[in-house]
Amino acid sequence: MATEILMPALSPTMEEGTLAKWLVKEGDTVSSGDIIAEIETDKATMEFEAVDEGVVGRILVAEGTEGVKVNTPIAVIGEEGEDMSLAAAEEQPASVAVPAALEGFEGKVAAAPAPGPAIAEPDRSPDYPEGTEMVSTTVREALRDAMAEEMRADETVFVMGEEVAEYQGAYKVTQGLLDEFGARRVVDTPITEHGFAGIGVGASWGGLKPIVEFMTFNFAMQAIDHLINSAAKTLYMSGGQMGSPIVFRGPNGAAARVAAQHSQDYAAWYSSVPGLKVVQPYSAADAKGLLKTAIRDPNPVVFLENEIMYGRSFDVPKLDDFTIPFGKARIWREGSDVTILSWGIGMNYALEASDELAKEGISAEVIDLRTLRPLDMATVIESVKKTNRCVTVEEGWPVASMSDHIGAEIMREAFDYLDAPVLACTGKDVPMPYAANLEKLALTSTKEVMDAVKAVTYRA
Amino acid sequence: MAARKATRKSNVSKEELLGYYREMLLIRRFEEKAGQLYGMGLIGGFCHLYIGQEAVVVGLEACAEEGDKRITTYRDHGHMLASGMDPNGVMAELTGREGGYSKGKGGSMHMFSKEAHFYGGHGIVGANVPLGAGLAFADKYLGNDRVTFTYFGDGAANQGQVYETYNMAELWNLPVVFVIENNQYAMGTSIKRSTKSPSLWERGAAYGIEGMEVDGMDVLAVKAAGQKAVEHCRAGKGPFILEVMTYRYRGHSMSDPAKYRTRDEVQKMREERDAIEQVRARLIEMDDKIEDELKAIDKDIKAIVNASADYSKESPEPALAELYTDIYVEASA
Repeated sequence: MATEILMPALSPTMEEGTLAKWLVKEGDTVSSGDIIAEIETDKATMEFEAVDEGVVGRILVAEGTEGVKVNTPIAVIGEEGEDMSLAAAEEQPASVAVPAALEGFEGKVAAAPAPGPAIAEPDRSPDYPEGTEMVSTTVREALRDAMAEEMRADETVFVMGEEVAEYQGAYKVTQGLLDEFGARRVVDTPITEHGFAGIGVGASWGGLKPIVEFMTFNFAMQAIDHLINSAAKTLYMSGGQMGSPIVFRGPNGAAARVAAQHSQDYAAWYSSVPGLKVVQPYSAADAKGLLKTAIRDPNPVVFLENEIMYGRSFDVPKLDDFTIPFGKARIWREGSDVTILSWGIGMNYALEASDELAKEGISAEVIDLRTLRPLDMATVIESVKKTNRCVTVEEGWPVASMSDHIGAEIMREAFDYLDAPVLACTGKDVPMPYAANLEKLALTSTKEVMDAVKAVTYRA
Repeated sequence: MAARKATRKSNVSKEELLGYYREMLLIRRFEEKAGQLYGMGLIGGFCHLYIGQEAVVVGLEACAEEGDKRITTYRDHGHMLASGMDPNGVMAELTGREGGYSKGKGGSMHMFSKEAHFYGGHGIVGANVPLGAGLAFADKYLGNDRVTFTYFGDGAANQGQVYETYNMAELWNLPVVFVIENNQYAMGTSIKRSTKSPSLWERGAAYGIEGMEVDGMDVLAVKAAGQKAVEHCRAGKGPFILEVMTYRYRGHSMSDPAKYRTRDEVQKMREERDAIEQVRARLIEMDDKIEDELKAIDKDIKAIVNASADYSKESPEPALAELYTDIYVEASA
C-alpha cells in the first residue's frame, strides 16, 4: 500500500526545516536505510533515510523548499505498479497522525494533583516505654551496635568502605564487626569512592542491603552521581520496579582544624533530592534507633554523622530492638517564648543556648528534627504556633540551606502566628579556614543563637 | 575476512542461525520504526539507535542462562528486545505512554525489567559499569551461580570509574563479563582521536583481567567469545573483558548530522560486513530453498514491530497523578 513520507523532526526542538536536496527521483526503488534526502534543521544538515522498501511514487515537496513544517507529507512511497496518486495515499495515512492525546497536553500539566502540604497531627508518642533501663553509650558504640544488630538479624546486610574491616574503622565505628561477621560481610575497599558507591547500589538491586561507609562525606563528592542518579532516581525511572535499599553513612561537616576540603556539611544538598531519605542524628539513642530504621528502609538513606560527636555519651534504652521512625522530631526542652530548631551537631548550640537563656528568663522550646527528609513539619508548626518565634541552627552554609527551606515552610504554614521573622544561625558563607580562631568564627555559636533568640523576642 | 572464516569454521545448525536471524532482524526493524516515530514527533528527547550492532547483543544473549543479569548504557533498545522484553512495552516507553516498561516515566534511556533481569538503561556514561559489578557482587555474596553482562561503549571505556571497577571486580573475583561495544565513535569522536591505546580490552591486563577482541559483525564469533567469557566467570575465575568490534550505521542520537565520518565508510560497512546479511547469506548457502522461510520471518517481524508501534500510539499518556508516584517504596515494617 502507498504510504506518505513525512517531514521528519530531526532534533527534540525542530518544528520546521528546509528540504535541501532530494537524492532520489520519482520511480526510483529504495530500500530501508537508503538516504533519500538532505534536510536542513536550525542546527545542521541531516541525511534522511528510507524506513521501508518500495518505489518512490510522487515527490510532493520540491528541493530547496524552506520552512517545511514537521509531519508535512513530502513524498509517497509504494510498491511497483501501484496507484500512488496523492488521493490514494491519503486513504492510507498509515500511522502518520499525531494522536489526539498529544494535542493540547500543555496546560493540563497545571492540573496535576500536586500533593498539598501534608501537615498532619504531630506524633508525640514516646520513643521507648517509660521505665526502660538506660545504658550510657557513646555515639560511636551506638552506631556499631545498630549495624551489628541488623547484621545478626538479616544475612543480606553488609558493610563496605575504606578501612571498615581490618583497621576497625577510620573512626572506629565498625570496631569488632570483622571479628563477628567475617570478611564476606565486612568488606574493605580500595580508595575508590566513585567505584564502590556504584558497586553498592548495584548490589542493592541484586538483593542485598549494603551499608556503604564513606570515611567522610567530603569524599562522597567523588561518588555523588551514584547516590543521586543511580540510587535516588531509579525507582522513579523504572516505574516503581526497582528500589535501592542502601545506606550511605559516615561523618559529615566540620571536625576540628581539618580545613576547607574536609569540613563541608552536606545536609542541604542531599535533602533537596527526591528519592533520598536524609538523617542527621544528635544523640546516641537516636543514632542507634535511626540507623536501624535506615538499614531496614527499602529506599536509599543518607546518614550524616559527625566526628566530634562520636565520643560523646548519652543514655540509650536497653531494648532488644530499639528503632525510631523517620519523620518524627524530638522535643528536648518544652518552652513558651521561642522555638529553637536544630539537628545533628547543631543541637549542642541549641541546648546550651536554651540553658543560658533560661537563666535570663527566656523559655525556649528546643526541637531536634533528627531526619531532614522526611521532615517533621507538623511538630515544628505546632511549636511555632505556640511560641510565635523561631530560630534555626545548623553548621552548613547559609545560601540555599535547610534553614532557608524550613523558614519558608513556616512562613507558608504559620505566617499569621509569627511575631518576628524566622532567623537562621548557620555556618558563614566562606570555605572552612584552618586557623583556630577563624575556624571558630566560620561556624555558628551558642552566642549567635542566644543573640538571635533575643532579637526575635525583642529582648536585645 | 575474519568474520567469514569464523562462520565457515563453525558447526552451526540451520535452526540456530534462523533464530539469530530473527532476533537481529527484530532489533533492526524495531529501531527503524523507532526512528520513524521519532521523525513523526511521537518519540521525544534523546533516541539512540542500535542499528548495525545487533550481532553483539544477540550473540551474547545466546550464552546467557535463566537468572543471568544484564545492564547497559542508553543505547539500550536492542538489549531489551534480546533479553526477551516485550516490544510493545519498549515502544510504548519510547513514546512516553502508560503501557511502557516505566509507565512512560523513564523513556528511551531508562527501562528496567525484573522478570528479564534487565537492570537498565543508564544515561550517565560509565556509571553502569560499577552498577553491573555490584549486581555480580550480590550474586557472589548470595552464592548464586549467575553472571552479569555489563555493556558499555568505547566512549565509556575512558571513564575513571570503569578502572576503579576493574580493580575491585578482579580483587573480589566477581562474575561479570565486561562487554565493550566498540563502535569506533564516542558520539562524534573517533577512537583514534580519544586514545592512543591500541586496544581497549588489553587495559584489563593492568588489573589482572583476561579478555579478548571479537568480530562484532559476526554473531557466531560473538557467541563463541561469550561462551568463553561466561565459562570463565562461572568457574569462579572472576571477570572477563570482551572488546566487540562493531559499527553503528545511524548517528549517535537522532540529531546527529554525522559530519565526522564519510558516507562511504558507513555504506562500505553495511554492504560488506552487515551482521544480518552475513547470516542470511550463510542460510542460503546451506539451503537454497530457504528464501520462503526467510520471507515468512521478515513478514512476522514486520507485524510484531507494526503492532508495537500501534500499541505505543494507542496506549494513553500516564495519568497526571503518576507525577508523584514511585519516588519512595513504602516501608513494609
